[in-house]
Formats: sequence, C-alpha cells, structure tokens
Amino acid sequence: MSRKLSGSVRLGLGLAGLVLFFGLWEAAVQSGLLPSGMVPAPSALGPAWLDEVRGGFWQQAILDSLHHYLLGLFIGSVLGAGLGILCGMLDLLDGLLEGVVRLLRPVPGLAWVPFAILWFGLSTAGATFVIAISVFWINFYAAHSAVKSVDPELYELASAFGHGSFVGRLFKIVLPASAPGIMAGLRTGLGQGWMSVVAAELFGVPGIGARMMQASSLLATDVVVVYMLTMAMLYAITDFLFGFVRKWVLRWQP
Amino acid sequence: MGSQMAAISQADVVASLQDVGLSHDGGEHFVLRHVSLTLARGEFVALLGPSGVGKSTLLRVLMGLMHPTEGQTGGAACAPATGKAHATGRSRAMVFQDARLLPWRSVLGNVMFGLEGLHLNKSEKKARAQEALRLVGLEDAADRLPRRLSGGQRQRVGVARALTVAPDLLLMDEPFGALDPITRTSLQEELQRIWQQTHKTVLFVTHDIEEALRLATRVVVLAGGPPAGITGEIVLDMPERNPDTPAFRTYAARLRAMIAGEPDPGGEAYWRSAEI
Repeated sequence: MSRKLSGSVRLGLGLAGLVLFFGLWEAAVQSGLLPSGMVPAPSALGPAWLDEVRGGFWQQAILDSLHHYLLGLFIGSVLGAGLGILCGMLDLLDGLLEGVVRLLRPVPGLAWVPFAILWFGLSTAGATFVIAISVFWINFYAAHSAVKSVDPELYELASAFGHGSFVGRLFKIVLPASAPGIMAGLRTGLGQGWMSVVAAELFGVPGIGARMMQASSLLATDVVVVYMLTMAMLYAITDFLFGFVRKWVLRWQP
Repeated sequence: MGSQMAAISQADVVASLQDVGLSHDGGEHFVLRHVSLTLARGEFVALLGPSGVGKSTLLRVLMGLMHPTEGQTGGAACAPATGKAHATGRSRAMVFQDARLLPWRSVLGNVMFGLEGLHLNKSEKKARAQEALRLVGLEDAADRLPRRLSGGQRQRVGVARALTVAPDLLLMDEPFGALDPITRTSLQEELQRIWQQTHKTVLFVTHDIEEALRLATRVVVLAGGPPAGITGEIVLDMPERNPDTPAFRTYAARLRAMIAGEPDPGGEAYWRSAEI
C-alpha cells in the first residue's frame, strides 16, 4: 500500500504541514487557549525580529555564533575523525584508548562548561571548546566504525600492489573506503554543533545562545523564539551547503 | 618430471617453492606441507585441485602475502625486495577471483593503482594503463566506474591492472571462477591470446580440469590432506586445445586420477574413460 511520493508532492506536503503548524499555533494563542504571556503568537515574531535587526543584535549574534560554530566544528571534526581513523587502523591504539573512550564518551558537552570557563575564561576559545567536544565524539565513532568495516580484502589488494605500508593503506584504501561513514559523521556533527552553540554561550560568551538567555531572563519569549528559528535556519543552510560537499566527495556512489 | 626441473637454468627460474609448509596458526595444523614447485620463464602453469585444498594459500605464499611456516621461496620474482629506487614495474602481480576493483576509482584509475609509487611520471602511468586496457579490449571504458561494468569486464580490468605493472610472474586466483560459462570461455580465449603476445610466466589457480587443459603448458595437481601436497603434474603436449580430442580426454582422465589420489593411468586412460 505504501507508495513512494514524488519529490514535489513531498515538498508541498512539508510546506502545508508548516503552514498548518503556525496556523494552529496562532489560533491557539488568539483564542486564549495558550496564554500569550507563556507562548508568543507567530504574528508577534515578525516585529520582534525587526526590532532585533534594527538594533544590530541579530546580525552580531549570528556572526559571533557562526565564529564559535565554525571553529568548534572544524577542530572537533578534524580531531574526532582523525583519532577515529587512527584507532580504527591501529589495534594497539584502539585497545589502549578503549577504557578512556568509555569513560569520557557519556559526559555531555554542557558538563564541560565549568572547565571551559576555568581554562579559557569567557572567550571565543571557551565556547569553541564546548562545541568541539560535542562534535568530537560523533565524528570519532562514525570514523572508527567506518574504518573498522573496511573490507579486509582491500588491504590484501593494497599489499599486492605495493601499497601495504601504513601511509599507503591510509590514503589508497582507508580514506576513500570509509568516506561515506566519515561524511555521515560530519553531517550529524553539523547539527549537533548548532545544538551545543546554546550550551557553549550559556555562560555569557556573546552569540545567539547568549542573546536567547538574556531574552528569556526578561521573559521576552518572542525574542527567544526568533533566535530558535534563526538557529533552525542556520542549520538548514549549513546542512544544505554540506550536501554539495558530500555529493562531490562521494560522486562515485550510485 | 624430475629431469625437467634439472633442465631449467638458474636464471630462468622465475619463482620456486622448496619444501614449503604452511599452518595458519603457526602450530601443527598444516594446510600445506612438503610442497616444492619451480616456475620457469614463459611457462603457463595451472595449479589444479579441489576447492578449499589450499591453492589460494599457495598463491599467496608466492605473492609474498603470506610467509611459509617452513621451507623457502626463491626465484627472480620472489627475491626479497632489493629496494630499487627507480623501479618502473613490480616483480609479481595478482588477479583475484572477485576482481576486487576499488569502487571509487574509474577503470583507468583502477588500472593505475599498481603503478602509483613507481618511478614513472603521470603521463607515462596513463599511457601504460591505457596500453593494458587496449590489451584486454576495454580502452573505451577507461572513464567508467566499476559498478557500470559487467562481471566479465570487471575481471578484464583486474587482468589489465596486473599486466600494467609488467610483472615477471602473474598469479591468477581462479579469476574466471565466478563468471557464467559463455563469458568464461571468451575470457579464457582472450587470456590465451594475451599470453601468446606477452609470454608472461603465469600461475593460474583453478578447480576446473577443462580450464586447466585449455590454458596451461603444464598442470600441477594439489590435493589430499590436510596437509595437502602436490600429487602429480603433467607437461601438456597438445597443439589443439579441443575437449573433443582423444589427447584432451586422456589428459583429463589422468588429472582426475591425480586429484583422487589414484595411480596415474597414463596414456591408456582415454580408452578406459571411453568405455564408461
């Protein structure tokens, strides 16, 4: 019974769902079903956004957060994927780090905030650190399992044709063969990074998260929602742009 | 048979195994034992035996992918790497049963795989790879990805990849075993043509008696065990490789006996097998 919907039908359905969502929300606030002090009406979001833009807060918050996000994403992804690849290839290192990984893995990014303040102060570096940590694990595990699942027969092929050294295996086999898994990790990290921007800026480093915290302490719920939507938009843009990178890297895949 | 080995001068020995034994865990459970084999330059040797007897393992020992637990390997192609800094080829190359192409590389990129790291510039590598593709009749498929190829075409790319490194010894591990009979026959003919053009030394693993008799100049039988050993060999003297000829059927009957561990029925075999 389940037939595949065409792309345009899906897009239309998605848009209709959004319209319905905001329409019901607006109706609920207007009718008094939801108290307007608790939930801002969607119609109040436009003016709130314009206020933020006129004051220059919105643009500045985006620039600041983008700075933390890109830097943290880059550092966390490179280190996470890099260590994941190394552990996937070197059993000795993998065994050595297994206990440490199990110990540190469950610690959420938010729990590192006190250390971020202690080590880096209220600075870009502190916020970057928190984002990098949360992105690190996603990339570590994605790369690790991608490398572990590389067909061992490809290593034999590499040895037979003069690429049996560590470097030969890394560049001729492991990186291209595990690229789909590594790319999937990067993409998940892209979303996780935006989520941890809020945690990273919670303690006062300026940016979208900090601005949200300020607004919520003033009970300016409309401003909070404006920044929620801003973050959703930024995520959608980064994910969309990354889609091109992914498609290019994996252009050999069907 | 022994006299044939003595007739080969040392310079013509491409590869040899002396009393080789192999156990995967290094213990007493030998897969192969007391295997001695000499491959002379220009020979096409079929290594024939039932599935799972250790033919591929023997091939990997010759390729240097596995080290024998006892005994030695020798010969020009199996000499330890001399560290030639300006090598433009490799001493050995292998064709795998499953073609084993890299899905992210084009056909040309796959053929160039073994050339990377050799002392050749980019255009030389490309020219060598294209030359090898021409030899297997795939010059027009250079830019295609492996998933766009048929099973037979994939195997041809595997052959081109091995040939392009100009090996002294070409090791083929049941390369046509997974193909349909029609494709297999046409690839056998093609391999025969390529061998007549290049006169590579080839060791071709197969469990198919007819395939061994169509291609080889000498058939070596690996059977028994574990541990398996060489139970016989025949130097083929057959101008025409037609399965319907008495000579072909006699050879087939003798090989069947060697695989079963029975005494060699000799030239009488055809007449006996014809009675059945």
